[in-house]
Amino acid sequence: MIEISHVNKWYSPSFQVLTDCTTSVTKGEVVVVCGPSGSGKSTLIKCVNALEPFQSGDILVDGIKVNDPKTNLPKLRSRVGMVFQHFELFPHLKIIDNLCLAQEKVLDRSRDKAKAKGMQLLERVGLKEQAQKYPANLSGGQQQRVAIARALAMDPIVMLFDEPTSALDPEMVSEVLDVMVDLAHEGMTMMVVTHEMGFARKVANRVIFMDRGEIVEDAAKEDFFGKPRSDRAQKFLSKILSH
Amino acid sequence: MFGNLDFDVIRRALPYLFLEGMTFTLTLTGLAALGGLVFGTALALMRLSGFKILGRIAGIYVDFMRSLPLVLVIFWFYFLVPYIGQWVTGASRPISVGAFASSLITFIMFEAAYFSEIMRAGIQSISRGQPAAASALGLTYAQTMRYVVLPQAFRNMLPVLITQTIVLFQDTSLVYVLSITDFLGAASKVAQRDGRLVEMYLFAAIVYFTISCIASYGVRRLQARIAIIR
Repeated sequence: MIEISHVNKWYSPSFQVLTDCTTSVTKGEVVVVCGPSGSGKSTLIKCVNALEPFQSGDILVDGIKVNDPKTNLPKLRSRVGMVFQHFELFPHLKIIDNLCLAQEKVLDRSRDKAKAKGMQLLERVGLKEQAQKYPANLSGGQQQRVAIARALAMDPIVMLFDEPTSALDPEMVSEVLDVMVDLAHEGMTMMVVTHEMGFARKVANRVIFMDRGEIVEDAAKEDFFGKPRSDRAQKFLSKILSH
Repeated sequence: MFGNLDFDVIRRALPYLFLEGMTFTLTLTGLAALGGLVFGTALALMRLSGFKILGRIAGIYVDFMRSLPLVLVIFWFYFLVPYIGQWVTGASRPISVGAFASSLITFIMFEAAYFSEIMRAGIQSISRGQPAAASALGLTYAQTMRYVVLPQAFRNMLPVLITQTIVLFQDTSLVYVLSITDFLGAASKVAQRDGRLVEMYLFAAIVYFTISCIASYGVRRLQARIAIIR
């Protein structure tokens, strides 16, 4: 589904953010990307739908080359759902319109059809009653669930999560993770940048550990939590799992 | 002290002042604001676009316009446009465009420079995550601008845009250099004809003051109503 091969990204010769990153996500797989802040994990996931350009290497999504200038990026992106750290709902639109906008403008769905789909997804994330409110009237956890519903409304073939719970108050983290766990159980292909190791243990197939722009460890979940091979991953794990 | 003032001259001149003068002033203000907005948005998008050359051109234009006194631009433009028209169309004689068209084009070009800076600030006030989220959903650049960035930016900058339009409303009085009969021009003609300078200029001041004040009050009301809750 996602093929990342030898991706390099730098802002200047002395400022390399991604170094020779190679990995893949197969259909139905849930891959968690973790690592210390500044390790390039958010940058890598943003390269997947070309929100961030990169200088060399290739990324293929469903066989389509992301970094090919001839690729119809809007079309490709419409099939790749993305959830951001800061939700990024559109504050001037009602919740239901947040879900309808891209359905109507990108997928050319009729207003009624888009609305029906939107309501169905809002119900699924438990927010049907909030449809007529504005994003600012919702809590962080609710906004992030709306953001997930908004991405799902496009019937994506894969979902990217960029630290979906880092900006949330602790008591709201689980309501968002619950939605993500359900999604994983339904067989959605997911690439998730997160520090939530509980989530990784529960649903991840593989865990990728990044440090200083490199993929240091790329292992099945059991191997990663059982016996990480690299020192850096061990140190990282002992730091975030110690309490 | 008001013994020898004749305020009846105002009453007699009212139809002329408003039907001709004020109509012209409001028409010019409205059209110039509209044109300035369109052209200004284009300039702002040029400056914010990834293309360096476009940004430079827009930047130079804005700096140039903002460094000249408006009255000078109006004056120069009135004399230059016929020759530019001749040069563009290849006509044998300078093309007469008329004082109204000339002043309208001037105001549009001048206001666009100011509007574009307001728009630029408005667009830049939208966090970068918003266009990122819009493109991640598959919206094109144009759709992102139209449905996500500009609606929010407009709400943020509308008060400043209208305030600038109120300034424009007052600035339109500068068309007197082309002997056009705007509101102030009409008042001044009556004043000269009847020798009633104090009355007429006093009245003109009150009218400008009242309209601008009401408009400013309206802006504050509007601001409270359209603000996006965050």
